[in-house]
Amino acid sequence: MSRNVQLPRFTNVRTICQKELRSYFNSAVAYVVLVVFLVIIGWVYTNSLFLLNIASLRIFFEWVPSVFLFVVPAITMRLMAEEKKIGTIELLTTKPLEDWEIVLGKFCAAWLLIAIALVPTLLYYLTVALLGNVDHGTVIGGYLGLLLMAGVYVAIGLFASTLTENQIVAFIVAFLIMALLYWFDKILIFVPGFLTSVVEYLGIDYHFSSIARGVIDTRDLVYFLSLLGFSLYLAVVMLERRKW
Amino acid sequence: MAIAVRNLTKYYGSEKAVDNISFDVKTGEILGFLGPNGAGKTTTMKIITCYMPPTSGSVEVEGYDIHTQSLEVRRKIGYLPENNPLYLDMNVMEYLEYTGKLHQMNGASLKNRMKEMIDVCGLGSVRYKDIGELSKGYRQRVGLAQAMIHDPDVLILDEPTSGLDPNQIIEIRNLIRQLGRAKTVILSTHILSEVQATCDRVIIINEGVIVADGTLEQLRQEFHGAEVVTVELKLPDAVSANPMTEVYPKLQSIPSVDAVEYTGAENATHRFVVRTAKGVDVRESLFRMCVHEGWVLIELSRKTTSLEEVFHKLTKQEQ
Repeated sequence: MSRNVQLPRFTNVRTICQKELRSYFNSAVAYVVLVVFLVIIGWVYTNSLFLLNIASLRIFFEWVPSVFLFVVPAITMRLMAEEKKIGTIELLTTKPLEDWEIVLGKFCAAWLLIAIALVPTLLYYLTVALLGNVDHGTVIGGYLGLLLMAGVYVAIGLFASTLTENQIVAFIVAFLIMALLYWFDKILIFVPGFLTSVVEYLGIDYHFSSIARGVIDTRDLVYFLSLLGFSLYLAVVMLERRKW
Repeated sequence: MAIAVRNLTKYYGSEKAVDNISFDVKTGEILGFLGPNGAGKTTTMKIITCYMPPTSGSVEVEGYDIHTQSLEVRRKIGYLPENNPLYLDMNVMEYLEYTGKLHQMNGASLKNRMKEMIDVCGLGSVRYKDIGELSKGYRQRVGLAQAMIHDPDVLILDEPTSGLDPNQIIEIRNLIRQLGRAKTVILSTHILSEVQATCDRVIIINEGVIVADGTLEQLRQEFHGAEVVTVELKLPDAVSANPMTEVYPKLQSIPSVDAVEYTGAENATHRFVVRTAKGVDVRESLFRMCVHEGWVLIELSRKTTSLEEVFHKLTKQEQ
């Protein structure tokens, strides 16, 4: 509301982030997410390691993005929808906080949860490093890409959660938007020639694979960060919609 | 002036919820905001607490404007929204800590204040319980503790006793009175006795318009209509046979009486309702007449208009 520029007071963001993280871990959500994530990824990874005898993280980095498609909406769906449903949004927005602080705090909590879920997967990295030669650059790039991708997905999920007070709807909307981004560069053959580069650029996997190759290109960073920023901006706008 | 509301209007789409209302609340006053459901009470409160802006008009809280100094306004206000929304998965201490932090409190001062609120609101025995496990009465206390955590100058309570049982209502009312001693309080309700029990002043709002504003006594005087006196007489046999011809005209002949109504008899006891203009006390004349006529006066009672009737009249007449 206020138009004068203020320095960000990240204490408020931290307060909200802590609260959301705590409620993830207080409820079963965090554990379910961690377990599901690790079981699926672990299965894929050990398959490639023991059955195919490949000591590489390539399969891991190929699979995580599609697991994100289900895991991230499950994490983000309640962030705003629940507050709206039980009415606590009214408490939150009548505290001396800016709307963007609320959005950013919730974003950070969900993003951190994903990051926490990724930590145990470093074990795969260790085993691979012990068993064979690892290209450390691609691993670093891969993890960076996963974090950026998760950031974009979480921002989209958070935005979807501001649209409704129904968590299922929030999940589905988030999933559809993410899936669209994910599949953009997989439908290139159906796209007329002059559009292919545009559609390819829109696809999130295109940029992810580029970073996961260990090449950190500003174009990819711009893509991730602008998509992330834009989704958060939309979430703030939707939160402010009560004022229209 | 703690709160100054000026020409507030709010439309939801094309529907007018609040229609150009203005009022002031003095520092330290407990103001009851009374009206039927859908009258615009909640909307007005949501505007004062900066949940949403008005379509036009302005509000100043402790000198801060809701449009340009929203954060300062919110710092000054403790708010208990309608239906008292709470995070059911947090325990009482966690919740108070969280709301305190959202008011930028921390460290020892927050800890002390939490302890104080736990004591004042009687939450000691449930402080480590999840809010979801608490009864409605306790939840309401948590809601009040949450609203008071930053020691605000102004408390805005939207239907703080709705849904409670009679004992809980009394407890919460006492708590509000106790907490509100040094504060400016606006409390909304659709129950009149609530206002009678807690408030210094009342604003009655109906269909988005203020229809009455004043202390309870002022409203009672301003809006009551005729005086009504009920008389019960034990009549001598000769008269008792014909009350309509023997008694009725005589009662009517008392100078200040506007109307008399005969409401029935039990054995030799007859009941009449005597109406006079506002502010006239007819009881003395009635008594003298009874003495003069030799009727035995069994009961003589005056009924003043209750606030209930005032409220009813004010909120019904426009339909």
